Amino acid sequence: MSALVEIRDLWIEGRSDETWSPIINGASLRLNKGEVLGLIGESGAGKSTLGLAAMGFTRDGVRISKGSVMFDGIDLINASAAKKRDLLGKRIAYVAQSAAASFNPAHKLIDQHTEGPVQHGVMSRAESVQDGIELYRRLRLPNPEEIGFRYPHQVSGGQLQRAMTAMAMSCRPDLIIFDEPTTALDVTTQIEVLASIRDIVEQFDTAAIYITHDLAVVAQMADRIKVLLKGDEVEEADTRTMLAQPKEDYTKTLWAVRAFERPQKPAVHTGATPVVSVQNVSAAYGKIQVLHDVSFDIHEGRTVAVVGESGSGKSTTARCITGLLPPTSGVIEFDGQPLPANYKSRNKDQLRQAQMIYQMADTALNPRTTIGDIIGRPVQFYMGLTGKQRRRRVEELLDEIELPAAQYYDRLPSELSGGQKQRIGIARALAAEPKFIICDEVTSALDQLVAEGILKLLARLQDDLKLSYMFITHDLATVKAIADEVVVMKEGKVVEQGPKHDMFVPPHHPYTDLLLSSVPEMDPDWLTNLLNERGVDNIGDAAVDKMS
Amino acid sequence: MSTLLSLALFLVAVAAGGWALRFAGQKATGNAPGFRDMPFAVAFGYVFGASLLVFSVWYFFQPTQTDAGVPNAGVVFFRWAVQFFIVSAVAAFLFRALGRSVGTKGSRKLFRQMPLTASFGVLVVILYAFTAVFAAWLAPHGQEEIFAKVNVLPGGNAATGGDPLHPLGTDQIGRDLLSRLIYGAQNTVGIAFVTTCLAFFLGGSLGFLAATLQGWLDQVLSRAVDVLMAIPSLIFALLLMTIASAWAGSERWLLTVYMIIIIAVIDSTRVFRLARAVGLNIVVMDYIEAAKLRGEGLGYLIFKEILPNATAPLLAEFGLRFCFVFLTIASLSFLGVGIQPPLADWGTMVRDSAQFINFAAFSPLTAALPLLAAGAIALLTVGVNFVVDWMLHRSSGLKE
Repeated sequence: MSALVEIRDLWIEGRSDETWSPIINGASLRLNKGEVLGLIGESGAGKSTLGLAAMGFTRDGVRISKGSVMFDGIDLINASAAKKRDLLGKRIAYVAQSAAASFNPAHKLIDQHTEGPVQHGVMSRAESVQDGIELYRRLRLPNPEEIGFRYPHQVSGGQLQRAMTAMAMSCRPDLIIFDEPTTALDVTTQIEVLASIRDIVEQFDTAAIYITHDLAVVAQMADRIKVLLKGDEVEEADTRTMLAQPKEDYTKTLWAVRAFERPQKPAVHTGATPVVSVQNVSAAYGKIQVLHDVSFDIHEGRTVAVVGESGSGKSTTARCITGLLPPTSGVIEFDGQPLPANYKSRNKDQLRQAQMIYQMADTALNPRTTIGDIIGRPVQFYMGLTGKQRRRRVEELLDEIELPAAQYYDRLPSELSGGQKQRIGIARALAAEPKFIICDEVTSALDQLVAEGILKLLARLQDDLKLSYMFITHDLATVKAIADEVVVMKEGKVVEQGPKHDMFVPPHHPYTDLLLSSVPEMDPDWLTNLLNERGVDNIGDAAVDKMS
Repeated sequence: MSTLLSLALFLVAVAAGGWALRFAGQKATGNAPGFRDMPFAVAFGYVFGASLLVFSVWYFFQPTQTDAGVPNAGVVFFRWAVQFFIVSAVAAFLFRALGRSVGTKGSRKLFRQMPLTASFGVLVVILYAFTAVFAAWLAPHGQEEIFAKVNVLPGGNAATGGDPLHPLGTDQIGRDLLSRLIYGAQNTVGIAFVTTCLAFFLGGSLGFLAATLQGWLDQVLSRAVDVLMAIPSLIFALLLMTIASAWAGSERWLLTVYMIIIIAVIDSTRVFRLARAVGLNIVVMDYIEAAKLRGEGLGYLIFKEILPNATAPLLAEFGLRFCFVFLTIASLSFLGVGIQPPLADWGTMVRDSAQFINFAAFSPLTAALPLLAAGAIALLTVGVNFVVDWMLHRSSGLKE
């Protein structure tokens, strides 16, 4: 049987600074009809570029220098633009990472859905609308009859991602490229998108290339997995073999990332004063109440992980502690002393003691300020060091976060990688010599290997400097790795809290249970088992709704 | 009707030519991607551009006057324009070549990456600045000096009726036009520059303040700006200038000061809007939050955190705003309330000699008189915009 897609010895180059530098170095892949191939690797590994090349498409400033891409006997590299137009959308479809950014906000979902089939002459508009509703039903979208007549902003992220999958399916293509379709979603939402994508690909016997950096996700979706590293193919094998016995060292390190876990610390003395104590805090944005009576303590040298899905009030709690959002009732105590509610009324020392590290290092560092000044400013501001002393202190801090000072001191943030930027964010927080640091989703924008490096760094700093962390995250693997205590939040309330080892052992609150069981595991049968256990109608949003 | 018909015929011919070009290209190259995937519109564009080029060359070599001795004004002006364009391009090229071989390592690198338009803009700006600063030494005569012999023909060639003493001729009351153009650079450009700087200082600082503090201050400032912007700016300036001239009385220099302030305030409303909009996008960034939580003061926030990130759009606006201010001053002078005679000003010069443009069909040289001052304004506007475009391109390129 001949392959549906066959890529042979493909070399792709990208243009930067007037020269062409390689992105993909001689990749080959074969995909049969109805087969799902998982492409994994860190960012910059060339996953998306290779995925797009399978459609015969390259982004601007990128070119295919050598090799061939055959789709069902058609040479895609040398095909005419007219020929490609006929194939794309009709026989090959693409599902982008962020459905919210990929839908046109000015048109209804169904209008965007029918565009492809009508354009390609596959169906009339009326047929296509009927078919769209049927696809929405199969993808288990709520109110399939009616949801297509909404605008993109009236639909949730997970539903939008499924609507986009339906759109890709509209012409019944032979091949769909999924480019990180669930990366931007919460775990509970991710499940239903994964389940519906998997079902529909099976139902129509569609071949798919599934691009992701999340191993556990790819384990559920793919028949075979291919690992990429900086444009080179590392290895390829079928999913079970790959998970059980990876051959290459790089693959093994990827697998091993999830094993990082700190030992459980002994229990806190009952009489000890917590560094930060959040007591019965409620808060509101305007008239909308977002936090209801939230209380928890953070002790010296401890990490408290605050988990929950987006909108659960995790970040709002952080804003209350920092004083950006004064609570409507309740107190925040620092070392036993109540803190003024508004950050403007806090003194310099109170501000210094609590620092923050942000999720998006890109927006957390001033792009026009050098690294030396970014870290140097708090050193000067709080410690009063100037000139040579300031420079020496900044260099110490750069050492602390494992970046060579001489090389990085005069650089701008744009000249750093994502992980390095996050390290600078940590160094800026450390420069204030605080007792307490709020880490707001600090690893969620990073690749797993890089994220692990950041977590290890934070753990080491905690041991060296007796820091306390409030660690906001929705990733339970991160919680497992770093937390001492866990606070589970839902709709602005604390659902459950306690030491980590208690939280991961049943019995717990049904919501905690839902969160925990929604985190993908490396077992390829995990999704199937979970669906059997919960029943198809009781996953994702449906399960969350049922609880409230 | 026949013009419309011939235009339609021309377009049909170009369309046919486009199709033929693509077809021939496909056959000749053996269906290589370049011609194969060429959209029809692109082929149409190639043929259209080529036919315009052919027409231009043909028009350029038409005789400058008819057999009866009547000048063919269109051809004359077209030739001047093309010649000026070629001279500018060559000058810009030579200037860039000079910049690439002379100077420090940094400046040479700067010139190496510079497009031709930018080097032309830089050259123009340097020339204007030089002229403005050294006007007193460069000008052959004083700006207020009146000669007995009036000769409005530029060229200074006695054979065509010019006066060798005045290379660009004189105005109607006998003042040397070249000298007045040179002094005009000092007056018009200098005042425009000061006005723009003032407008940016006012609008920029208030805009950032409004963006950072928000709340009632933002409301008060923004509504005040709305009110000012609701009045047509030129009419408003005229009105205020009328009041100001009553205040100034016989003190002419005071009127100029009033004009600077009036135009700066009116233009600062536009700068305020921009600075506030840009500032609002910046204050939501996490690094601003981090600085606030550090306990930084307002001055640090505005000048160290916001301003460096707003320079690119502000700089672009500066270039445009400078041109607008410059044109406003020229318009006010044209209307008689701007820079006061006998001070030389390009706007006034255009107004004074405007009626000569009516002679274009009979004597192109006479019609060139108002064009000299107008050209001086246009050239600076184009030059400044070229420089600004290039700066914008560079600053956005650095972000990637």
